[in-house]
Amino acid sequence: MKKFIFALCLMGLTGAVSANVEGPALLESHANLDSKINLQRGARTFMNYCLSCHSASYMRYSRLVDDLGLTKESVEQNLMFTTDKIGNTMQVAMKPADAEQWFGVPPPDLSVIARARGADWLYSFLMGFYKDEKRPTGVNNLYFPTTAMPAVLSSLQGVQVLKTAAEGEAHGEGHGEGHAGPALELAMPGTQSPEEYEATVRDLVSFMVYLGEPAKLVRYRIGFWVIAFLFVLFISTYLLKKEYWKDVH
Amino acid sequence: MSFITKGLTGLRDWVDDRFPLVQLWNDHMGAYYAPKNFNFWYYFGVLSLVVLVIQIVTGIWLVMNYKPDATLAFASVEYIMRDVEWGWLIRYMHSTGASFFFIVVYLHMFRGMLYGSYKQPRELIWILGMFIYLSLMAEAFFGYLLPWGQMSFWGAQVITSLFGAIPVVGEQLAELIRGDYVISDTTLNRFFSFHVIALPFAIAGLVVLHIIALHEVGSNNPDGVEIKKLKDKDGKPLDGIPFHPYYTVKDSVGVVVFLMLFSAVVFFAPEMGGYFLEANNFIPADPLKTPLHIAPVWYFTPFYSILRANTYPFLGVDAKLWGVIFMGLGTMVFFLLPWLDRSPVKSIRYRGVLYKSALAIFVVCFVILGYLGILPVTDGRTLVAQICTVLYFLFFILMPFYTKWDKTKPVPERVTH
Amino acid sequence: MSETAVDLDRRRFLTGTAVIIGGIGAATAAVPFIASFQPSARAKAIGAPVEADISLIEPGQQVTFKWRGKPVWVLRRTPEQIEALKASDGPVLGDPESLKSEQPEFAANAWRSSKPEYLVLVGVCTHLGCSPSFRPLPDADTGPTWKGGYFCPCHGSKFDLAGRVFAGVPAPTNMTVPPYKYLSDTRILIGESDGGSA
Repeated sequence: MKKFIFALCLMGLTGAVSANVEGPALLESHANLDSKINLQRGARTFMNYCLSCHSASYMRYSRLVDDLGLTKESVEQNLMFTTDKIGNTMQVAMKPADAEQWFGVPPPDLSVIARARGADWLYSFLMGFYKDEKRPTGVNNLYFPTTAMPAVLSSLQGVQVLKTAAEGEAHGEGHGEGHAGPALELAMPGTQSPEEYEATVRDLVSFMVYLGEPAKLVRYRIGFWVIAFLFVLFISTYLLKKEYWKDVH
Repeated sequence: MSFITKGLTGLRDWVDDRFPLVQLWNDHMGAYYAPKNFNFWYYFGVLSLVVLVIQIVTGIWLVMNYKPDATLAFASVEYIMRDVEWGWLIRYMHSTGASFFFIVVYLHMFRGMLYGSYKQPRELIWILGMFIYLSLMAEAFFGYLLPWGQMSFWGAQVITSLFGAIPVVGEQLAELIRGDYVISDTTLNRFFSFHVIALPFAIAGLVVLHIIALHEVGSNNPDGVEIKKLKDKDGKPLDGIPFHPYYTVKDSVGVVVFLMLFSAVVFFAPEMGGYFLEANNFIPADPLKTPLHIAPVWYFTPFYSILRANTYPFLGVDAKLWGVIFMGLGTMVFFLLPWLDRSPVKSIRYRGVLYKSALAIFVVCFVILGYLGILPVTDGRTLVAQICTVLYFLFFILMPFYTKWDKTKPVPERVTH
Repeated sequence: MSETAVDLDRRRFLTGTAVIIGGIGAATAAVPFIASFQPSARAKAIGAPVEADISLIEPGQQVTFKWRGKPVWVLRRTPEQIEALKASDGPVLGDPESLKSEQPEFAANAWRSSKPEYLVLVGVCTHLGCSPSFRPLPDADTGPTWKGGYFCPCHGSKFDLAGRVFAGVPAPTNMTVPPYKYLSDTRILIGESDGGSA
């Protein structure tokens, strides 16, 4: 009994020192890969807004046909801006040397960014731009301070500004109005309403999750059948074991 | 039907005239008598073998498309994940297999500590097993550099730098291991050779020796009773049953259950919350930018905690070197178990409260150290790690005493269930 | 050992069932590994159809394009060469009806092409894979009765100006015609025909 209590104490002590919070709390992305329509929308946003600076060099356009339920022609006509062959990978038009000159760092490849940063972080990041005169791009980001990326989606979202301290406290925890957390507010609207913009970003992030791991679309389904089969095999081997072990007392 | 059996029997006899086929079968399967009271803890040996096979087969397939070049490696892994048919599945099996290997091996080692499987005459089995464990850690370490992500690169950088802590020869040794001034393409190429060729051969060879040594003295069991002491008129142990068919049949159930768990991870959670496939490793290695938190993979974290817990420079030796020494000792001390344990009794079932408490505290400390190894350092965490490190070593240092003083229970003549 | 009799039939049945189910599992598990040997998406992308501009080819001239790592010849045959293909005093051919060789449906004719004027051929000898050389005129290797065609330097196989193999040479079949289609009068797409792609 005493050793049990002692063990609990050690674990409790460990628990106490383990609490760990860094930066503002992330928003929930609600990203999901279930709807092909939403993924198509996300693909369109990605090609129109992201591919001018970022590459996704491990992903081929040809995959979008089967994975997203599109036709070869619609991919070629609507989603391919930087190449003419559907089998090619998603390269960026901008040269790395130019990128470094303009932004200070080359924009990272986005193929697996969702696996490196997580869907919630990407969503928060894309919600979190606000006007900041001191930055060379004129904007800053709540979730990635001093980011070199401009607010590429501001035509859709509008322009956000930091709330003053008093307003921030009064606002509390809600963020259902399309603001990036309690500290930002919309100063100038964009072409999309806050709800529309949230859906756009959700679809874009969902697409980026798919981009990071296309196999995610199939592995759950296959896994179900694999485990179901193994369960049948389990029954069979269990009965066999029981039969032979009748011999053993 | 009898034509086929006649043919197969004829083939077997032809081989048996030229190779000890039937004798090997009998010695190791058909007439190898194992105790009849094996429990849950006894699955992990065969499961280790299963994982070894999985790693070798998936490894062979991965090497078909992986490129061990610093400019190509990361891309080649994504090529496997996307462009190679079923490449994603083979990759996930290999990454999941690596973590499952350690889960299974740690549980297998723990069985040894529960039932005194390392005690005389099985010390050599334990020593060979420890060499397998060390080889496995090296194999995992070398393999982890291959995806060439941020964690791969910086983890390797940190660990090879540890060798720099050794006085006089340290820096040169670190350079010798890396083949360069920093982790580079040269390092990647040689780690690839170690991971794909050198260590798999070593591990396979050690496993063969490990099993031969086991079969020479016979398996232990949860009661720690030596079944060879009581034999029937035919010379078979009273409490023994032939491995085949009884344990082939029982182990196949265990293997199927294991495969269900393994598949659940492979198909539903291959990243395992960032513990099996770390998020930072999806960023290509950047020698100019260190990630905020470098942590080794979860199976190394207990020893990493011990390393970081050393913050005082004793006796003119700086803390970094003490950290390396104690981390090394933390793995090596297991070799001494057969001689530290003075108990007349093998199994925990017949040991007294002293050993049971000591083992429980040891397990708790090991788990806490493992958990702390994942987290960044704070003063509070360092203190807890230091306490746990002290208790960890006390488990071994005091063992000759508390195992001697412990009040044991009488061990039965025959196995129980 | 047990006191009651061992039910051997039940043991055989259960063993058999477990082995069969396990065997099915093992075979299924092997499928992804074998399937991974197939050409990857990258190989398929690199092996995608190739557009060829044939506007600048003179009559009697042959131009080489590359498709799937192999040379593809486009030969613009002269009217005399086209006539010679149908002539009855031509060489003895091994497979005049193109029954054994690979070509799209539209190329199972005397010209082995959709338009007689242009021959599209994979420039690989069907014997052991060397690339034959283009010999429109008779010479020392081909002999004086040569009406034009291809001569393979490795083992001496001969083909006519439709890629049809001569009788009695090491090569067993006519040279392969790849799938292709006309995108316009001056451009063809090698690797894809209207009946499907390779």
